[in-house]
Amino acid sequence: MATYSTNQFRAGLKVLLEGDPCSILENEFVKPGKGQAFNRVKFRNLKTGRVWERTFKSGETIEGADVVESDMEYIYTDGDFWHFMKMDGSYEQVAASADVVANVVDWLTEQGAYAVTLWNGEPISVTPPNFVELEVTTTDPGLKGDTAQGGSKPATLSTGASIKVPLFVNVGDMLRIDTRTGEYVSRVKA
Amino acid sequence: MAAQHWTPACPLSALKARAEMLRAIRAFFDARGVMEVQTAALASRGATDPAIAPITTGDGGVLQTSPEHQMKRLLAAGAPSIFQIGPVFRAGEAGRWHNPEFTMLEWYRLDFDAPALMDEVATLVDMLLGVAAYDRRSYASLVGVPAAQFDAFADDALDLRVAEALAELPAGRVFITDYPARQAALARVSGPVAARFELVVDGVEVANGYHELQDAAVLRQRMLRDNATRLERGLPEAPLDEALLAAHEHGLPDCAGVAVGLDRLLALQQGASSLAEVMPFPADRA
Repeated sequence: MATYSTNQFRAGLKVLLEGDPCSILENEFVKPGKGQAFNRVKFRNLKTGRVWERTFKSGETIEGADVVESDMEYIYTDGDFWHFMKMDGSYEQVAASADVVANVVDWLTEQGAYAVTLWNGEPISVTPPNFVELEVTTTDPGLKGDTAQGGSKPATLSTGASIKVPLFVNVGDMLRIDTRTGEYVSRVKA
Repeated sequence: MAAQHWTPACPLSALKARAEMLRAIRAFFDARGVMEVQTAALASRGATDPAIAPITTGDGGVLQTSPEHQMKRLLAAGAPSIFQIGPVFRAGEAGRWHNPEFTMLEWYRLDFDAPALMDEVATLVDMLLGVAAYDRRSYASLVGVPAAQFDAFADDALDLRVAEALAELPAGRVFITDYPARQAALARVSGPVAARFELVVDGVEVANGYHELQDAAVLRQRMLRDNATRLERGLPEAPLDEALLAAHEHGLPDCAGVAVGLDRLLALQQGASSLAEVMPFPADRA
């Protein structure tokens, strides 16, 4: 893999920092008038999502990371791994472990499309679309005609996710969910 | 570096503010009897500072990283107090607060010392940014290292501490004084500290000034030491500016001088958070 010097650091560049793949968020050139130059760099650790800040002497180099994001279809889980397939016609499959899909498992639907981040070909994170449509499997019976705002009740969805829904929602309804907030958006006409 | 857009990066309001700032500065110095001069931006020699990389031309010319050497030659030749506003060039300096070409205001005051010049800098900055209080902090207190122990730290370790301390300073105007002797640059030295100061406004360095070193022999030693440092760092040696050394041998009058980054000052005045917001053609559009 290539190495990159501080003057090549750009937002979005994928590099290895302390053994972890990171994406550069910000690179600020800092130089006292008569002193040596530094770069204060913010990274997002692509495995943990944490933001790291490090200071480098200008001209220092770090190793690039072979990180690519690929649109993939979720196929199934065998209980240990969650299997995704590339949508580029290659039918190539990858298996993601439980900790990689932990933040997305509530929104995984078979045949759904997800952005899978691969590091050296291995999945390290999975990002769902901003909105998914899921079926209600359990909830208290809906109150007929009650479309007023205000009340809510718990519901369980086909993926096992628990969310708050309006009182009029029934078992079997398809719901549109915002995956960024985990909140109900609307009922979808079947 | 290829220019992508023909349009200027900054709004028309920034051009107007720049024109007004230039007018105000010229009036300020005119009222004080300080004469405007113009020296060459392209010269045969440049500074030796190990941390400043010049841009050289194909035929061996050096775009000046500051007009200091030639302005001092004017002073040695009998010029009165002088100021200059013009472009300077530094290779590889690009960022929110850096551009490889920028506008420097530099002036020299005969018979001033560092505190007298700091007062004048404050008066000028008050005129341009509005009146405010000025804190004075020694370099030692800023980095948390007593002056007597400066030599125990490598230059880059101190530079890093300064950069981080500046980033943590609260908003406001602060003069940093009494730099470590080995960071004197062209300031005179007494004991472990140099008669050098910087002005920092809201965490951004805007001025660097000295009670100027006069001794030609000491100046030569510093230039040679700069070149030794350059070699250690794998940088090319900078040929000594013998014309400046000869001017010092002839005699530089007692004076203090300061350089102000005008684009930074303008950005601060306009509430901008980068130089590109007040420069029509920063490096990526020039």
